[in-house]
Amino acid sequence: MSHVDDTSAPAETPRHRPSRAPRTPMPERDAAERARDFDEVTLGYTEEMARGEAERCLQCKNPTCIEGCPVNIDIKSFIGRMIEGDYRAGVAVLKERNALPAVCGRVCPQEEQCEAACVLGKKGEPVAIGRLERWLGDFDLACELEQRCVPEVGADSGKYVAVVGSGPAGLACAGELRRFGHAVTVFESLHATGGVLTYGIPEFRLPKQIVQAEVGLLEEMGVEIRCDVVVGATYTLDELMSAEGYDAVFIGNGAGLPMFMGIPGENLNGVYSANEFLTRVNLMRAYEFPKADTPVWRGRKVAVVGGGNVAMDSARTAKRLGAEEVFLVYRRTEEEMPARREEVHHAREEGIEFKMLCSPAEITGHDGWVTGMVANRMELGEPDASGRRAPVCVLDSDFVIDCDTVIMALGTRANPLLTKTAPDLELTKRGYIVADEDGATSKPGVFAGGDIVTGSATVILAMGAGKGAARAIDEWLTSGSR
Amino acid sequence: MFPIVHTRQLSDAVFEMGVLAPAIAAKVKAGQFLILRVAEGGERIPLTFSDWSAEDDWIRFIFMRVGKTTHQLSHMGVGDSLADVVGPLGVPTHTEGVGRVAVVGGGVGAAVAYPVARAMCEAGAEVTVILGARNKDLLILEDEFRALPLKDLVITTDDGSAGRKDLVTAPLKELCEAGALDHAMAIGPAIMMKFCAATTRDFGVPTTVSLNPIMVDGTGMCGACRVSVGGETKFGCVDGPDFDGHAVDFEELMSRQRVYVEEERLSDAEYHLECSCHT
Ligand SMILES: Cc1cc2nc3c(=O)[nH]c(=O)nc-3n(C[C@H](O)[C@H](O)[C@H](O)COP(=O)(O)OP(=O)(O)OC[C@H]3O[C@@H](n4cnc5c(N)ncnc54)[C@H](O)[C@@H]3O)c2cc1C
Ligand SMILES: Cc1cc2nc3c(=O)[nH]c(=O)nc-3n(C[C@H](O)[C@H](O)[C@H](O)COP(=O)(O)OP(=O)(O)OC[C@H]3O[C@@H](n4cnc5c(N)ncnc54)[C@H](O)[C@@H]3O)c2cc1C
Ligand code: SF4
Ligand code: SF4
Ligand code: FES
Repeated sequence: MSHVDDTSAPAETPRHRPSRAPRTPMPERDAAERARDFDEVTLGYTEEMARGEAERCLQCKNPTCIEGCPVNIDIKSFIGRMIEGDYRAGVAVLKERNALPAVCGRVCPQEEQCEAACVLGKKGEPVAIGRLERWLGDFDLACELEQRCVPEVGADSGKYVAVVGSGPAGLACAGELRRFGHAVTVFESLHATGGVLTYGIPEFRLPKQIVQAEVGLLEEMGVEIRCDVVVGATYTLDELMSAEGYDAVFIGNGAGLPMFMGIPGENLNGVYSANEFLTRVNLMRAYEFPKADTPVWRGRKVAVVGGGNVAMDSARTAKRLGAEEVFLVYRRTEEEMPARREEVHHAREEGIEFKMLCSPAEITGHDGWVTGMVANRMELGEPDASGRRAPVCVLDSDFVIDCDTVIMALGTRANPLLTKTAPDLELTKRGYIVADEDGATSKPGVFAGGDIVTGSATVILAMGAGKGAARAIDEWLTSGSR
Repeated sequence: MFPIVHTRQLSDAVFEMGVLAPAIAAKVKAGQFLILRVAEGGERIPLTFSDWSAEDDWIRFIFMRVGKTTHQLSHMGVGDSLADVVGPLGVPTHTEGVGRVAVVGGGVGAAVAYPVARAMCEAGAEVTVILGARNKDLLILEDEFRALPLKDLVITTDDGSAGRKDLVTAPLKELCEAGALDHAMAIGPAIMMKFCAATTRDFGVPTTVSLNPIMVDGTGMCGACRVSVGGETKFGCVDGPDFDGHAVDFEELMSRQRVYVEEERLSDAEYHLECSCHT
């Protein structure tokens, strides 16, 4: 039996005979063991596994997978180089489009993107594109700096660009601008770079060392990084362009404003926004307290409200901090949860309890501390604007969840700190920056991309936006038009 | 890195420190704060600017030694550097057109009150400063306040070792009764601000308080600093730190300030163990 139907193209190069082995499983640590520490959950392929998995790729004449990737990585080609054993060439293909393969290979929702579009997925299991990308990314990171795939820096253009924010959008933009030869300074408000990669996504899913190594590479390319600068406070946008002398600015400041529900009891001790909880643990390393100075309240029974990656990360983090019970409280069903499948699976394995179809109505407390949550049962009604069936409250269905900690993982919105001081920047009704597809904003010379334009999205989309904006900035700087 | 260029001990537990931070020094306004980290692995703590010089690139702040981070700070000196200083954060204190105003500084709150009183004087307000402390030794910045063109400076101590033997609310109430105030500003421990606000409420004197909730980033990203004002949740770091004292839920603020008491004690104890090994 063949894996391919006859309409999809046969192998292009006769030399490559695709393996018919099943998809290579990802080695990962035992759930009981890993739920007690912050080390990475998945271990990554060995070289042999990676080669074996690459061999499954059909090297299609019409590689549909590429369309599935938001930045159109030439997937067929990077896997082709792996099949040949030319890993450095494979890395180079990845880096054409994606500055952070070791990151995206770990956190992209591949099952909805590249892997969803792989022909092998029609009848069986798609090629594990993300895991191969991760393997190549790690291969590159493990090399000595001289051996690493460092994009070539362009001849000095004499132009200066300021990049606001060191998340995936800002980092991708900075790297690309250096390739065009522009001088780049990245301004970051926190004391560490990486944005959500550093303060949001936990160590057990994305080791911080990887993020720091990628930032190190950018510095190697001549990108100047200035932490502890809040644009909108330390400098305004106009000051960057006048007094500080930057010819253009890219804004990639993310969507860092946590949402709350506005229900009674939300300011009790023991109620966290996911942002605060994860920042304390990841950025401030509260899990090492008292070796690190920042504490975090370690609840015994933790209720996490939400169903996205942020909720999953919060729940699994709470478990690792020693919680006996962690519940996920979500108002729709598991099917509608926006989190990556892999993370939902991992969360279940680690003993996170899913309380589906319920919505908090009140947080109860005693002496200022959380003692429980009153929630309503929900049922799914007609599809709403998002196409998902909207949850509706079942009358008189409230019940109590016993807990001492509540983490609100309801998503984030645009933080107005910067935009408030830039009145001539056009914003949407909800405070996001209006930018065209190249990232150009209403203000000449100012570009934007990532979560601050799209609202909370994905790492790869933010990177794609940063990279695209860099090209538009280059054009603006060299031709003076956009 | 931010080099320390000045240190001074103001009382047993209160210290002043100056660091070079040109970009910040050029921007500070009275009532704003900074966030610093002493070193890698350290906590981010907020402190109010007490003074600054745009010409000479420095900023100053005054801190009370209460826990691990402020202990570490108190052991640093000229020649050392702080890992991180971020700012200026928060909305500046409203100092224009306040008319006849009482600025009340309790304990280390005097440090925050000083630049505010100075800015109000510069803006032409008629400023009475009320400084309160538990005793004479804890009183800080008296000379600095005396050098300002104040209408009056009233000092109170709990034990009468300096000034009046009273709480700060006593002279505040007298000013209210005399109808001598258009505005009051209270800065200090939450409990003091609560009683100041309660004192002025009966007389309808608008009262601003400078809140000090626990913070992490200081830029509106985490929500640790939530305070309830007039039944609405506000973020202390970006919506404040100044709020209408008559609308603040002080009980909630005081409760939220106590979240980490246990951890703070542990952190401080470990630090002292370490310290004593090294001496
Ligand atoms: C917990 C969590 C888990 C996630 N999991 C996934 C996942 O598995 N897969 C996935 O694809 N996506 C995931 N996401 C979403 C993804 O991380 C974001 O879409 C992405 O990071 C957005 O990138 P960005 O560069 O636009 O912004 P950010 O990553 O938010 O970076 C913005 C940076 O700008 C800085 N900044 C903000 N304001 C200022 C200012 N005024 N001055 C200077 N600097 C400023 C911030 O400190 C930050 O460092 C997750 C998000 C969270 C919160
Ligand atoms: C806007 C603002 C301005 C401030 N200005 C001054 C000032 O000018 N001078 C001064 O002496 N103090 C000031 N404080 C208080 C100061 O931040 C705390 O005293 C300091 O964080 C204590 O740190 P620690 O590690 O030494 O003590 P810890 O043992 O960690 O804490 C002692 C107490 O300080 C408070 N605290 C601890 N961590 C934080 C934190 N991250 N954010 C806020 N509060 C915290 C808590 O109430 C805690 O119980 C200000 C606080 C805020 C929010
Ligand atoms: S960047 Fe993400 S979507 Fe694109 S190929 Fe890699 S894993 Fe797939
Ligand atoms: S990854 Fe899938 S779609 Fe892409 S070339 Fe290989 S087999 Fe074809
Ligand atoms: S300190 Fe994080 S939002 Fe105010």
